[in-house]
Amino acid sequence: MRAAVRLAAWVYAIAVYGFIFLPVVVLVLFSLQATSFPIPPFTGPSLRWYQAVLADARLTSALVNSLLVAVLSSLASVTLGFLSAWGFARFVLPGSALLRGLITLPLTVSYLIIGMGLLVLFNWAGVPKSLLAAGIGHVVINLPLCFAIIYSQMGDHQINIERAARDLGAAEWKVLLLITVPVMAPAIFAGFFLSMTFSWDEFVISFLLTRFETTLPVEIWNLLRSGLNPKTNAVGSLVFAVSIVLVVFFELTLLRRKPA
Amino acid sequence: MSAPLVDIRNVSHRFGQLPVLKDVSLAIEPGSYTILLGPSGSGKTTLLSILGGFVTPSEGKVFIRGQDCTAVPPAKRPTTTVFQDYALFPHMSVGGNVGFGLRMRGIDGATRAAKARDALALVGLAAAFDKKPHQLSGGQRQRVALARALVIEPAVLLLDEPLGALDLKLRRQMQDELKAIQKRIGTAFVHVTHDQEEAMALADHCVVMNDGGIEDEGPPERVYARPKTRFSATFMGESTILAGSVSGAENGIVTVSTAVGPVSLPGAPPAGDTVALAIRPEHLLLGEARGSVALGAGKVGDVVFQGSFKRVLAASALDAALQFIAKAPASATVQAGDTIAISCNARDIILLAD
Repeated sequence: MRAAVRLAAWVYAIAVYGFIFLPVVVLVLFSLQATSFPIPPFTGPSLRWYQAVLADARLTSALVNSLLVAVLSSLASVTLGFLSAWGFARFVLPGSALLRGLITLPLTVSYLIIGMGLLVLFNWAGVPKSLLAAGIGHVVINLPLCFAIIYSQMGDHQINIERAARDLGAAEWKVLLLITVPVMAPAIFAGFFLSMTFSWDEFVISFLLTRFETTLPVEIWNLLRSGLNPKTNAVGSLVFAVSIVLVVFFELTLLRRKPA
Repeated sequence: MSAPLVDIRNVSHRFGQLPVLKDVSLAIEPGSYTILLGPSGSGKTTLLSILGGFVTPSEGKVFIRGQDCTAVPPAKRPTTTVFQDYALFPHMSVGGNVGFGLRMRGIDGATRAAKARDALALVGLAAAFDKKPHQLSGGQRQRVALARALVIEPAVLLLDEPLGALDLKLRRQMQDELKAIQKRIGTAFVHVTHDQEEAMALADHCVVMNDGGIEDEGPPERVYARPKTRFSATFMGESTILAGSVSGAENGIVTVSTAVGPVSLPGAPPAGDTVALAIRPEHLLLGEARGSVALGAGKVGDVVFQGSFKRVLAASALDAALQFIAKAPASATVQAGDTIAISCNARDIILLAD
């Protein structure tokens, strides 16, 4: 009986992890296919499709665009998120709880709705579809995230540290730059890397808000319209690899706690 | 008479509706070690925050070196604070912490490092320059916080319960060092504590606070020997309190009738008929008729051996509500359950308005 339970537990675990990871494993495996179709039998390993991706100017420029949008939108998100977290944590504001709720609200709204809303708004305001528009969209979705992460880490124990800096003659901007930011660095980096991750493989908003120059997920979608081939697997694997790296950075910065 | 270094004039403060300071005036002399002593909620920390510029008082003015500093922000006033939790900058080295104030004043790196090293040497931590705060013990962090506040040569150094987080032994040791450092550099220190032993050990000028006001202030010897109020008689050291009323006063002798009989002592009667007589534990004499004033018999409730003496608690046989607190020599044979005669000398009795 006990053996049966244990066996069932193993089967269950394998099924769950298989369910989660099998698609990715298949994707990565067939990106190494030597022949022209990403279907069994496996004929690799070969890096020819990776070569093909890197030789494709559309894909590489989309990759650069994606990186650019991810880095710049994450910088903007983390800066704005930090400043709003600091404001909420250090000052008594009227309707503070309500305003905090509002700032984190976009986390619960679907990307499709945000994307459509921005599309309508930009249309009305005369902002053309562009990487900038997509970047602004990414700030809208990532700012609440950065705010939530940084605000949760901004404890009262830092208040006296900031006070001490002021007491020793630091102007307010110096307190922020020399004391608060370094002390909050783990949360700030965590917010930055998580924003990067989300921006990096975000599709819906980029799809709605870009036209000629576009980001990698949109370009992959374009590629997929002409049917599956190992090149799509290769570029998908690259996207996945970058995401993994970003998530690892995020985990490291947030989970690494300083001694004492 | 020269103007005081710090002049606090009629300061009141409220947090919302709650008054925490009520019309407090206090002068602090240059080079003095002032202790603000009081229980929690007495307003002592608020008064320190007002001195440091972290709180602007609802009413009243604060002058430092003759200048009105009431609303001057902390960065711009000649005070620095040593915080209770030290508030060291965790991402900077000890040297960076100590040099921070100088850096904010635009002093170059080499001068800064030299001055920071001097300040660390002053507090006995010369070797810690390159360490990070988390590598130091509590006592060492305390010293770094002290060096960091002293290096910019403030007119007044403010210490908010600086020894509160240390264990007793370290506390007594740091206490001695604080006093020595203060005497060496001559900066005025204002130190907040609720520990009366700390207050007596450190203060040149002891300010006893209660309920948002100053109960008593002066040299600790005077505050201890001749407290001005009943509160300071019980908070700054212990006292046995005898309630009574004035029944006669002539030729400089006041007679007070109490639960243990009439007591005559030298002095002038305070305003009002009801008074309190305070007697310090070391002035209560145990055993047959040893002092000039007999206080009746007491039933010993508890004897606590404290090393150099025994602390004796006894309930009066004449008034069960009256509790005697006495200090007996370590060699005394008194035991719990004994009934013992208690007396004192008239000149040791402190007459207080009730």
